[in-house]
Amino acid sequence: MRAVAFVGRRLLLLALVLAIVSVLIFGIVQILPGDVAVMILGTSATPADLAALRQKLGLDRPAALRYVDWVRGVLRGEWGTSLLYQVPVRPLVLERLERSAVLGVLALGTAVPLAIGLGVVGALRRHRVLDQVIGVVTLVAVSLPEFITGTVLILLLAFRFPLLPPSSLVDPRASLLQAAPSLVLPTATLVLALLAHMTRMTRASMLEVLEQPYVRAARLRGLRPRRVVLRHALRNALLPTVGIVAINVGFLIGGIVVVETVFAYPGLGRLMVDAVNHRDVPVIQVAALLIALTYALANLAADLTYAYLDPRIRY
Amino acid sequence: MTGLPPGALRRAAGFARRVLLGSPTAVAGTALLGLHLGLAVAGPVLAPYHFAQFNILHTLEAPSREFWGGTDQFGRDQLSRVMWGARATIVLATASTLLGVGLGVLVGMLGAFYRGVVDEVLMRIVDALMALPALLLAMLLLTTVGPDPVYVVLGIGVVFMPRSARVVRGVALSLAASEYVDAARARGERGVYIIVAEMLPNAWPPIIVELTIRFAYAILLATSLGFLGLGAQPPAPDWGLMINEALPFLAQAPWLAILPAIAISTVVVGANLIGDALREALALRRLDESA
Repeated sequence: MRAVAFVGRRLLLLALVLAIVSVLIFGIVQILPGDVAVMILGTSATPADLAALRQKLGLDRPAALRYVDWVRGVLRGEWGTSLLYQVPVRPLVLERLERSAVLGVLALGTAVPLAIGLGVVGALRRHRVLDQVIGVVTLVAVSLPEFITGTVLILLLAFRFPLLPPSSLVDPRASLLQAAPSLVLPTATLVLALLAHMTRMTRASMLEVLEQPYVRAARLRGLRPRRVVLRHALRNALLPTVGIVAINVGFLIGGIVVVETVFAYPGLGRLMVDAVNHRDVPVIQVAALLIALTYALANLAADLTYAYLDPRIRY
Repeated sequence: MTGLPPGALRRAAGFARRVLLGSPTAVAGTALLGLHLGLAVAGPVLAPYHFAQFNILHTLEAPSREFWGGTDQFGRDQLSRVMWGARATIVLATASTLLGVGLGVLVGMLGAFYRGVVDEVLMRIVDALMALPALLLAMLLLTTVGPDPVYVVLGIGVVFMPRSARVVRGVALSLAASEYVDAARARGERGVYIIVAEMLPNAWPPIIVELTIRFAYAILLATSLGFLGLGAQPPAPDWGLMINEALPFLAQAPWLAILPAIAISTVVVGANLIGDALREALALRRLDESA
């Protein structure tokens, strides 16, 4: 029963966060200084054109009313029409979201186990050669933005050694298996960026756990170091790792936006960049809301996993 | 500088030497950052060509004695463009870091000192801003105002504010509970005075570390925005934009992407190395790095 109440409370909190975020998104895009109509038509537009567009977008009405209308439309599934593509926003955005999700799940699914493994190895071999190699490599990887990693991977694996396609512009009707080769480089780029962050964080939390009294006690009982780490320390080190993964979902979302531009991958991030560049306000608002929803769900999942792993959290 | 206690300057110099030259990795970081600062100051003077100088007879040429960095589709020398671009990158990252961390210090200190309603309101604003991933928030902020380096600075500042505010508030909460703050309150000092004169001087270590971490992250964010076409516009020698412009020519002219990539990664590695050295020197540890 208490578990149900806990999940219910978290869901309520999620709804609250989304409500605030929707105000934030709408406010930033529509209320900040700058006229949406001028933004779309450019400063050389005639007053008559501007007035016509304002009326079409409903901009002649108060912002609060427009916000209520927008939210009501989003909840009803009427997401408006893209100004850039002249098509309904909903199918466009949902299709792109699906493609981005494939990329994100692949990257996260590869990076999390790898990062835990490397972090454990780094902590076990602390200050030894292997730890230092991992340390230097992850430091460099943390310092590389995704568009550089992606570009270097294209140079190496698509042009220098032509093993993989340099871009992800594939026939949209192609099956996932047919499209698989074109997914390797974008995924690898994201994995490298995630790995760097997560390995550094996992190593740090592992080291912290290894200094706990109970770990020392296990050692003093004469247990083999490997057993101490895997049986005693890792379980407790995994707890912060859940939080680490949640933090990295934020990085991942930003990474996906960039990677999709590098590889011309037709996902939500690329759509968002194009929409921002062309002031496609209906698409920007809905895409941003969906991304925020994904982020909030990831945080919720992390909270619930936390509570599941450590019952003390379910106060 | 009459307000400084005796020996403060010498101690500061000693500390700086320990941080900047204390270990091989710190020396490497200092060298890298020094190189970039040098480029930021003197790049345009040292560069062999102007960043926008076309050489129609030498387009997409590999690096040569005449064009050290190779040339792009307009025959512009890529090395010169990278050298010209250093100043904008460093200024952009510095300005947005100072703005973001400065706002964060303000919000964090106010919240921690006044608690109650003030804290509650400020922290809910912070929560709302944190509910959007960093790059997405920056993109949204750039939507209305259009692509421009000035707005990139403001955008990154807004992205950094809540993240720095949380760090500073955490530190300031314990400072606000200290005896010397109690003493100042008992003397009847004003809140602003207590924050500036009593709390701020004792919050420096984490703030300095925050600044170096944010600086590295600001370069990543600013160049990413440039790459996405949301920062400086052509023909500006913006490093991120240059890599985007190099993508169509990647097969025949890889040097166009490699040079700005080296420039970006070396400055960020340098900043991260110094950040690590600082953290070690100040004996601070943070798990959630630049999230």
